[in-house]
Amino acid sequence: MTMVKIQIDGKQYEVKQGKNLLEAGLTLGIDIPHFCYHPAMGSVGACRLCAVKKFRDADDKQGRIVMSCLEPVTEGMIIETRDDTSKDFRASVVEGLMTNHPHDCPVCDEGGECHLQDMTVMTGHNYRHFDFKKRTHNNQYLGPFIAHEMNRCIQCYRCVRFYRDYAGGKDLNVFSSHNHVYFGRHEEGTLESEFSGNLVEVCPTGVFTDKTFHKHFTRKWDLSNAPSVCTGCSVGCNIIVSERYGSLRRVMNRYNGAVNGYFICDRGRFGYEFVNDEKRIRTIKIRHKKNDNQEEAENETLISLLKTELSKDKRIIGIGSPRASIESNFALSTLVGKENFYHGISKKEHLLTDTILNFMKQSSIRTPSLKQMEKADAVLVLGEDLVNTAPMVALALRQSTRNKSFETAEKNGIPSWNDAPLRELAQDEKSPLFVITSFKDSLDEIAENSIRESYDGIANLGFAMAGLLDTKAPSPSNLNKEHQNLAEKIATILKNAKNPLIVSGVHSGDERMVQAALNMAKALSSVNKNCMLSMVLPESNSMGLAMMPGKSLDDLASLEEIDTLVVLENDLYRRASEKSVNALFEKSKKVIVLDHLINKTTQRADLLLPAATFVEAEGTLVSHEGRAQRFYKALPDKEPVMESWRWIGEMIQAKEQKQEATWKRFDDLVASLTHELPVFDGLEKHMPDADFRMLNEKVPRQTLRYSGRTSMNAKVAVSETRITLDEDSPLTFSMEGQSEMPPSSLTPFYWTPGWNSVQALYGYLDEPNGSMKGGDPGIRLIEPAENDNTEYFKEMSSTSENHERELQIVPVYQIFGSEELSTKSPALAKRIKDPFIYLNPEDAKAVGVDDDELVHLEIDDNKLEIKVKIENSLPKGVVGMAKNFPEMPFVMLPGYGRFKKINS
Amino acid sequence: MERPLTEHIKPGAPPLTFEEYRKAGGYEGVRKALKEMSPTEVTNLIKDAKLLGRGGAGFPTGVKWSLVPMEPDRSKPKYLVCNADEMEPGTFKDRYLLEGNPHQLIAGMIVAAYAIQADKAYIFLRWAYKKAEKALRKALAEAYEAGYLGENILGSGFNLDLNIHVSAGRYICGEETALLNSLEGKRAIPRTKPPFPAASGLFGRPTVVNNVETLSWASHIVSHGAAWFKSLSLTETGGTKIFGVSGRVKNPGLWELPMGTTVREILEEHAGGMTEGYRFRGALPGGASTDFLVEQHLDIQMDFATVAAAGSRMGTGTMIILDDKTCPVAFLKNIERFFALESCGWCTPCREGLPWVEKILTAIEEGRGRMEHLDTLKSQTKYLAPGHTFCAHAPGAAEPLQSGLKYFHDDFVQHIHDKKCPWK
Repeated sequence: MTMVKIQIDGKQYEVKQGKNLLEAGLTLGIDIPHFCYHPAMGSVGACRLCAVKKFRDADDKQGRIVMSCLEPVTEGMIIETRDDTSKDFRASVVEGLMTNHPHDCPVCDEGGECHLQDMTVMTGHNYRHFDFKKRTHNNQYLGPFIAHEMNRCIQCYRCVRFYRDYAGGKDLNVFSSHNHVYFGRHEEGTLESEFSGNLVEVCPTGVFTDKTFHKHFTRKWDLSNAPSVCTGCSVGCNIIVSERYGSLRRVMNRYNGAVNGYFICDRGRFGYEFVNDEKRIRTIKIRHKKNDNQEEAENETLISLLKTELSKDKRIIGIGSPRASIESNFALSTLVGKENFYHGISKKEHLLTDTILNFMKQSSIRTPSLKQMEKADAVLVLGEDLVNTAPMVALALRQSTRNKSFETAEKNGIPSWNDAPLRELAQDEKSPLFVITSFKDSLDEIAENSIRESYDGIANLGFAMAGLLDTKAPSPSNLNKEHQNLAEKIATILKNAKNPLIVSGVHSGDERMVQAALNMAKALSSVNKNCMLSMVLPESNSMGLAMMPGKSLDDLASLEEIDTLVVLENDLYRRASEKSVNALFEKSKKVIVLDHLINKTTQRADLLLPAATFVEAEGTLVSHEGRAQRFYKALPDKEPVMESWRWIGEMIQAKEQKQEATWKRFDDLVASLTHELPVFDGLEKHMPDADFRMLNEKVPRQTLRYSGRTSMNAKVAVSETRITLDEDSPLTFSMEGQSEMPPSSLTPFYWTPGWNSVQALYGYLDEPNGSMKGGDPGIRLIEPAENDNTEYFKEMSSTSENHERELQIVPVYQIFGSEELSTKSPALAKRIKDPFIYLNPEDAKAVGVDDDELVHLEIDDNKLEIKVKIENSLPKGVVGMAKNFPEMPFVMLPGYGRFKKINS
Repeated sequence: MERPLTEHIKPGAPPLTFEEYRKAGGYEGVRKALKEMSPTEVTNLIKDAKLLGRGGAGFPTGVKWSLVPMEPDRSKPKYLVCNADEMEPGTFKDRYLLEGNPHQLIAGMIVAAYAIQADKAYIFLRWAYKKAEKALRKALAEAYEAGYLGENILGSGFNLDLNIHVSAGRYICGEETALLNSLEGKRAIPRTKPPFPAASGLFGRPTVVNNVETLSWASHIVSHGAAWFKSLSLTETGGTKIFGVSGRVKNPGLWELPMGTTVREILEEHAGGMTEGYRFRGALPGGASTDFLVEQHLDIQMDFATVAAAGSRMGTGTMIILDDKTCPVAFLKNIERFFALESCGWCTPCREGLPWVEKILTAIEEGRGRMEHLDTLKSQTKYLAPGHTFCAHAPGAAEPLQSGLKYFHDDFVQHIHDKKCPWK
């Protein structure tokens, strides 16, 4: 990296060439006020707040005002940020914005973390000269997530630049002109983008605020926060979770330069409300006799029962969960023994996940981080509807298609941060992206080719491309001419790309498709060493679970009788057919279930234990990248709710009739985990343990301005209560401690002097849009092997011929609806569609149904009535069916089914 | 005196047809450029002639053309755009040329397009110019018919497709990059510069944007030469200029006169002096976005450099006269209201500053003004300076205001002191 020497305010600095002055200043810790610049979106020069004075040379005493965001740093540059002209000008910019901005900070949800407030103070604008009426706007209803207050708008254009340019949204725009510019929808209605929640953080003031937060609003300074990891999908975005009065108040993005950067999806941001659900399991419940009701019980009763039910002569089976932490799963495995530990996922999912994990371990192909995916210059998506199964991967691929335009711009002397000229020059120029799926995809609009095929067709294309890239790879013989040409085109482009990427996953549930993707990656890596492969998994800890020994749910069928069945955070009715799960419970004499919310499985429990959610516990999740990341407790303990691993620790204690606790602290558990399973060694070596201290102090969860500690409990006791102790982590439930620059994985909030808004993040990064100081959080547990030991999968014959009279039904996942816990969040629940099937118009005609009509569907043993959505993009003979929706019975997909119109 | 631009324009009569204009020698420059000259020779000729852009900024046209990359392989397609979105208050010179002699513009555009080797050209026309649109469409059809537009023009191998785009009607579209955004179907907001349109213009391709009057010259200069063009002028800048006067004068209108004609001559000889009973107080020399000239400036020559030396800009060369029976505060308020409404809303100083200026002027005119308002107005003119804003819109709006505050200070104070407008 070439450096250039520049002078700012009389001091000499070395900064990276190619950056603009604003970026350079923010990197150096020089407070240059700004609004419209955003590190992920670059500069456009609209707000004029980042004005500084530039001097031609040392003899130039006059200087001239320039916008630092549009000024490339050059050798010998002389800049003043503190001279009167630029200071006055910046204050005038804020004064101009303040002519119309309502002075409603006390009732504005942004107050206290408002970029506009920070900039007003920073620029020194104080006394108001404007003595006329303000212009006002009408606000819009924008759906259950986002509140709209247009009068607060300062027209920085960040919202539309994020929503449209960055995230590809269509239904937010800027209307009208002069001082009437209006940012909103063409008409009232729900914002459709899956990433709309980022407006809350992108907006520098209170135009777009979090509606779910408003329901239990708390000022930023009064929140108690913890670094956390999203449990919405397998991507593992970093989040900050915040608490007040014992309830979870909101989720915000937590920066991770290697993963989610500045943004998260709406499932991650708004899917948290289930934690506060009134129907949370908060007591121990025991069913004393079969067919009795579950009754609340005391801990003593439980312990004595556990001693009986878990005694050593009993056959105890444990079922883990891909949505529970590694540590909780490991605890269960320890309780029941490896041979009795089951992963709690279907045989097919177990097989596919295992296939992928083995491939990742043995192949020399790199599994990229989200940030590396953004850098890919040619991408193939095989059979995965990413915006619904791993939304942030879709957003990363959207950015990857811009790489070609960055190249063109560079050739024309336009730096990548100069956003508007770059887009004008590049117009529709895009890096190639190929989307091969069964139905419409959000990435279609930016794809070079979108191919709609049946699962067999998709797999065939994958195998064919593998065969074209490497003659050793098996290849199908029956490809039609059109597909042959397409396969050749895609294979050639990927082969010649600098950083080609293949993205697929297990959501199809199709073994051939997964094998095709892996063969394709192996073949591509034989001709292009930079090839990357990312395989999306179903849940937040699918990968972590796969890394532990254990069997599938289906393997339980062969057991005749179970004395005690322990189910960890897992609704088995979402994993297997009702019949088989019923059979499992019937052959289990006692069922112990640990979970957060009531579901069909918890209803079968003889012992139901209130398990802490991810915001009430410490734990580690492994993303599909193989990145282990830890989440920390934000909510203090509320007895008897406990972390699952602690409950299981008590079970072990009971079983072994021991006096002392199995694991006193979380770190003890991690120690046994890494001892038993060395694959997790990194957790102990690289993650700060509970004894970690900064200058002998813990890291406070609360800001210095946290208020009310002495009084918030006054209705219970007048004397100040003791703070909840946290023995499991280096964090403390207090504002006292060492809050300055904790390690990146322990950062509970962002605050630096003068910066109360989320932009305080600048102080935590090595440079804007860079890495967290000291390195981004998370430890990659799986790195590419030095020598590739993978084998090509042999071509399997497809199974479709056997189902002539039926249609193939493939799963359709939805960002809102397909993930279990988030669907229990009231705001997000409003976004869930009715269960539906997609039918191709011809197939619909054959059945005689129209859009929104009901059909009778028979698949396996299931008979259900379901709404039809005509979907033109589906190939004939393929039906899409909403997958894992609340209240829908489990159906193993892909499958084959018959339809009949329901005559009303 | 030669009047090359207007000699064929007869108010009231229809414009010359293609055949009539060709016979009059109007397309001679096209023939000569395409048959006898290389594109670079054409550009150099325009450079030599010192043709300065007639849209208001006075940028050397030949230099603008010479910035367009000419490597045959890397720069296709290229575009030529005629800025016919004439919306400067008090300015109506392009309208006269468009309605009066559309073939002159077309001939000029063919020459210009040839010089930069553009494949496609657009006339970005003000929506209200219905008569001009009709005349242009007819002329275009004739030119296509005659083989002067389309493929392989005059057997030269040069192709040009020329289209008319009727603007939706925003003043900011006169800013060339906002015009390009609008032409692309985007919001009419100016673009970040650099890059300039010559490098990345319409649809990201090399583009030249020229004013109607500027382009109308191109064919004439090719047929008659640079020396002839220079000889038309009284100053260093070549050519004649269409000057205009509006306001309370005896004979408001437009005249094609040598560049460098004095303000006094234009005002007294051609416009016939002030209407009986009205006294001259000041003039905006080149549209609403220029500084006032007053009595002491009447003998300066109308040219870019000379007017600039007097602290204003020649702009479009069409003056608006302020007389003694018009309130200067109300006059300015009208102007600033226009600029406030026509701000695109992109950058803060312009979007927030101009409505504030307008509100203050309204308050002063209505007798609600305070002396502090004058300080605010003064600081606004500094705040809206070039370089502070994203484009030249607000600095243009600040020009009549800053000079008005200087020359008509007493009128402002009287409004504030009397709490009413002395003209009402």
